Amino acid sequence: MADLSTERRDQPSASPSPSVGVYDSFATEEERAAFLKQVLRKQTVRRAWRMRDFYVLLAPAVVLLFVFKYIPMYGISIAFVDYNIVKGVLGSTWNNFKWFDWVFGDPFFWRVLRNTALLAVLRTIVSFPAPIILALLLNEVRVTSYKRTVQSVSYLPHFLSWIVLSGIVRELLSMQSGVIPYLMEQVGMEPFPVLTAPELFRGLIIAVTTWQSVGWGTIVFLAALSGVDPQLYESAAIDGTNRWQNVIHITIPALVPVITILFLLSVGNILEFGFDPIFNLYNSNVYEVIDVFETLVYRSGIEGARYSYATAVQLFQNAVGLVVLVGANQIVRRYSEYGVW
Amino acid sequence: MANPLVRVTPLGRAFDVANYLFLGLFALSILYPFWTVVTTSLASPVSLPGRGLHLWNDEWRIEAWTFVFKENAVGTAYLNTLHRVVFGTTLTLFVTFCAAYALSKHNLPGRGVITFLLVFTLFFHGGIIPTYLLVRNLGMINSRWVLVVLPAIGAFNIIITRNFIMTIDQAMEDSAVIDGASYWRIMFSIFIPLSRPVLAVIALWTVVAHWNAWFDGLIYITDKDKRILQLLLRDIVQRLQGFQTDDAMQRLVEELRAQGIEPDWARIPHRSIQAATTLITIGPVVLFYPFIQKYFVKGVMLGSVKG
Repeated sequence: MADLSTERRDQPSASPSPSVGVYDSFATEEERAAFLKQVLRKQTVRRAWRMRDFYVLLAPAVVLLFVFKYIPMYGISIAFVDYNIVKGVLGSTWNNFKWFDWVFGDPFFWRVLRNTALLAVLRTIVSFPAPIILALLLNEVRVTSYKRTVQSVSYLPHFLSWIVLSGIVRELLSMQSGVIPYLMEQVGMEPFPVLTAPELFRGLIIAVTTWQSVGWGTIVFLAALSGVDPQLYESAAIDGTNRWQNVIHITIPALVPVITILFLLSVGNILEFGFDPIFNLYNSNVYEVIDVFETLVYRSGIEGARYSYATAVQLFQNAVGLVVLVGANQIVRRYSEYGVW
Repeated sequence: MANPLVRVTPLGRAFDVANYLFLGLFALSILYPFWTVVTTSLASPVSLPGRGLHLWNDEWRIEAWTFVFKENAVGTAYLNTLHRVVFGTTLTLFVTFCAAYALSKHNLPGRGVITFLLVFTLFFHGGIIPTYLLVRNLGMINSRWVLVVLPAIGAFNIIITRNFIMTIDQAMEDSAVIDGASYWRIMFSIFIPLSRPVLAVIALWTVVAHWNAWFDGLIYITDKDKRILQLLLRDIVQRLQGFQTDDAMQRLVEELRAQGIEPDWARIPHRSIQAATTLITIGPVVLFYPFIQKYFVKGVMLGSVKG
């Protein structure tokens, strides 16, 4: 490697900036601007050459980015053609949005959209506030070792795959051996196989995903709470507030910025529920109530080899999701200072 | 922090009791299912957990574990998972650090464009099918390397590493420049050692992510001898062809029975085998997570720093 240690920071003295005399000698503004542009470009090219080693460092990432992220984006074009598996996308013929007509005319698509919307609502009502509440409850625990133990245990499901968790959930719900049918009996219900009950399946998925993620979700909230100025509580004590008032007026306001950002992210992901829990627990009895975009894409695309159709479905999900995320961020930014970007 | 400044009221005390109870039950709702997996894996056929709470086996047996350890499918799957964990994590760290270091240089021409192209992938992606077709066109179906290479590029990892590197004091680099150190020397002697905290977090994330990943293995790998551990477990849980030998074993058992012999291992319940395989699959993660969780917690905080 050449010795590049001098001139690294582009000191003004080292760059060929035009002297005042040259600067003034142009006939028109445009000529001067053009000259300056040219000089700047030359400088940039020179700097790029001087820093060429950094492009070597970037090369692996750029190659992987191009091949495995951007070529698939180009691959979306199979949603717009009659895909010919031998000739590839370029050899296939443009079909005037046939696949999109097909998708929007497909009852499965509307079923998936309805399920996704319902799951998003349930998630917002149940899964989203759950870690906030758990963090508030943990925050009231004064025995530190108890608090730490509960926290550590609550992280465990986060570290396991849904393959493992679904096996465990199946065992818990098993009519033959599970603890859930037993508990149903204890409260005077007739036990039944929950995994094949369409009316309960959405609730089940929400329950198990909340159970899995709630502990891990508390981390950001507990971190925000540890940043609360203790003086606030001290002055509240002087004013004679009770614990409930402290929670309402000190603790919860401290969480508002984090809650805002996470809420925004969750709204942005409104069309993505997550493939893993559903895929590992569902069965054809409950497709009607739980089939979502990801599972439909998998079944039609990977299992059914209907590539163009599946790509069109996922493109819809992806594009609408992006629009929703940007829109949600704009709204939050207008009304508060918190936003993702 | 709960604070001692607030006066104690009967209502407050009642809340505390309820709160401790609730949190305890919540922790049990996580611990109990895992404990049942342990007892199931070690139960004799007659003492398998039935419907209800089951805390202790009447009879303990280790046949399921012996079977799982002897079964070739488990060993093969373990090696396949180790392959992706070791090579996948190494490649991810390499790609991530190199890119992050280059992108941390403010005056690198093209830095803005590449960062944008990187961040854009966080918001928009080609999707499952185009990626699948690409892998197929590259002839990488049934190659173990697809599980290593595909997840190696992660915009999120690169951005947080870059942000970390940018917090490293510029004065150190300047003084190294004055001493005549080359770019490479500066990278190896200053930036890599100082980036160790963020690289450790990313390494741990990547190891756990590779250990738990299964979807790519499901769609890109069809050879049974390249199957990863998670998918072996899935096959067992879903009562698919869990072990290659399932059919053969069944036939053998029937033959032996016809001759009036009842082999011991034929009586190992499927549930015990599933439980033992589950424990083998989660073993390393469960054993280490109490020690590594604090790094993950740190990682969550790193990730929440604006990019």
